[in-house]
Amino acid sequence: MNEGTTPGGLAHRLLGLNAWLLFLFFYAPIVLLIVFSFNDNNNVGIWTEASFRWYGEMFQDDRVMGALRNSLVVALFATIVSTVLGTMLAIALERYRFRGRGTLDGIAYLPIIIPDVTMAVMLLIFFFQAFGILDDLLGIHLTSGLMTITLAHIAFCISFVAVVVRARLSQLDSSLEEAAADLYANRWQAFRKVTLPLIAPGVAGGALLALTLSLDDVVVTQFVSGAGSTTLPVYVFGLVRRGVTPLINAVSTVMLVASMVLVAISLGFQRGAEARGQRLADPEALLEEFSTD
Amino acid sequence: MAVSEIPPTPPPGSSPLPPPGPPISKPETAAPVTPELEKASRRAEARRGLFIALPSFVYLVLLFVVPLLLVFVYSFATRDATGQTVLEGWNLDSYRRLFSAEVLEIFVRSFLLATVTTAICLALAYPFAFYIATRGPRMRNILLVLVMIPFWSNFLVRTYAWRVILGSEGPLSQISQALGGEPFRLLFTNVAVLIGLVYGFMPFMVLPLYAALERMDWRLVEAARDLYADGWTAFRKVTLPLSMPGVVAGSILVFIPSLGAYVTPALLGGARTVLMGDYIVSQFLAARNWPFGSALSFAVMFVMLVATIFYFRAGAKTL
Repeated sequence: MNEGTTPGGLAHRLLGLNAWLLFLFFYAPIVLLIVFSFNDNNNVGIWTEASFRWYGEMFQDDRVMGALRNSLVVALFATIVSTVLGTMLAIALERYRFRGRGTLDGIAYLPIIIPDVTMAVMLLIFFFQAFGILDDLLGIHLTSGLMTITLAHIAFCISFVAVVVRARLSQLDSSLEEAAADLYANRWQAFRKVTLPLIAPGVAGGALLALTLSLDDVVVTQFVSGAGSTTLPVYVFGLVRRGVTPLINAVSTVMLVASMVLVAISLGFQRGAEARGQRLADPEALLEEFSTD
Repeated sequence: MAVSEIPPTPPPGSSPLPPPGPPISKPETAAPVTPELEKASRRAEARRGLFIALPSFVYLVLLFVVPLLLVFVYSFATRDATGQTVLEGWNLDSYRRLFSAEVLEIFVRSFLLATVTTAICLALAYPFAFYIATRGPRMRNILLVLVMIPFWSNFLVRTYAWRVILGSEGPLSQISQALGGEPFRLLFTNVAVLIGLVYGFMPFMVLPLYAALERMDWRLVEAARDLYADGWTAFRKVTLPLSMPGVVAGSILVFIPSLGAYVTPALLGGARTVLMGDYIVSQFLAARNWPFGSALSFAVMFVMLVATIFYFRAGAKTL
């Protein structure tokens, strides 16, 4: 940065102070939670000694483990389906002109803008009504469960994947795809050999975002889950509302570390993409998308 | 440009060479491009686009547009004696109830809390984003990663951490008591919810602000300084207007989820601090009054829409 554009002296020091205080604000609660999860005491606030006691109890808790398994199954399916659908949506919106494109563009942004409580309400009524109709017309009895959770997660993940992949696509020079066509590659070959490798970092970024969103969701899941189909965040949410226990600290730390590993992987992708001389359509691009106008 | 009529289904085992079968794009077709051919090719292109978009289109209409309409329909429905929603006897009772004192109080509280959250986030995040954007490239990337990590971390867990911190047995309370003071009583108050909201949604403010500031042409600031503007004037007349898109985007991204927040008030708020998100959820999971809950959802969406449009207008004026 050139001299003269940045504030100097006192203003500069205040900016720095503000920044480091905010970082403290960001990280102190996280660090505290992790530290207290190793506290041996039954009481959350009283530190006795460091131990893995609560982690041991966590792994022996069938309900926690069952909820974790549900979370992973749902997240896996939701991520795969929403990544494929979201990528297709991004390609169609970014590379093609067709009737209804504007409408679709608007619909695709809705799940990002609408708050999750409203979305949860919408899907609760939808599944209730859909099950009623299926029962009346076809005599098929369906209830809420892992299937409805997965379907709901796909619904909001598609949009996020599409935004991330689109950001990547818009940075790409379409002349590369045209060159492939000039060299007698058919549509599919051009996609497989040219477009897909180029947007791969964006697709990976979108998939990781979908995975994170699915693993983190509480509100929508709570509304569309049935008896015996709790995911880990919903289970933890239920526990937390009743009070703070060291066991929740341990489970929370595991969830926190898992999401941090996902960030690390995502940033690793970015690094790798940059090493090949490319810019990744990372989560920042997602936010840039919002801030363009 | 010649466009072949090949459907986008994959040939199995695609090789880098064109398949030896009938030639797909004949060189002859590329030479004379008549208007009809061009029109046909555009139509084929449009069909292909629609075909690729179709699965997501259908999915989003089915699990998003239809549910949205259903909520709208439900908001006019009635309930039978057992509390079950019946889709007949359409009326405006649920909407009339929106103007009751109870609902208005909750709504005003939510609106104020969301506004204050947005204002605090903006006031803290702007200098923060400015600081990051004016670092060298290496430092900038490191700081940005440090912002992203909490952004990607589990929201529920981050909110839960504040419940531990603010709790009566938490570290703040212990410090207060060690200093001979009262045990800390912040949990289950509006202030606790405010802290939780600011903490939870701050990254949504930082990242668009940073994006706007980073994209900015800093030579304009230099030009202002060359023309004898002092640092503050240059900031006010150049930097701030140019970063307005980031301010608008960040404010919307914080305000909307704050207004509909459910997890934060559920964990940090108390019985006397019910917010809109909370209230909507209770209509569905506890009171089982779906028509009223639907009307509430629509009211919230409406306010959000109005706020967003208003804010975009205001932002556009300053650009």
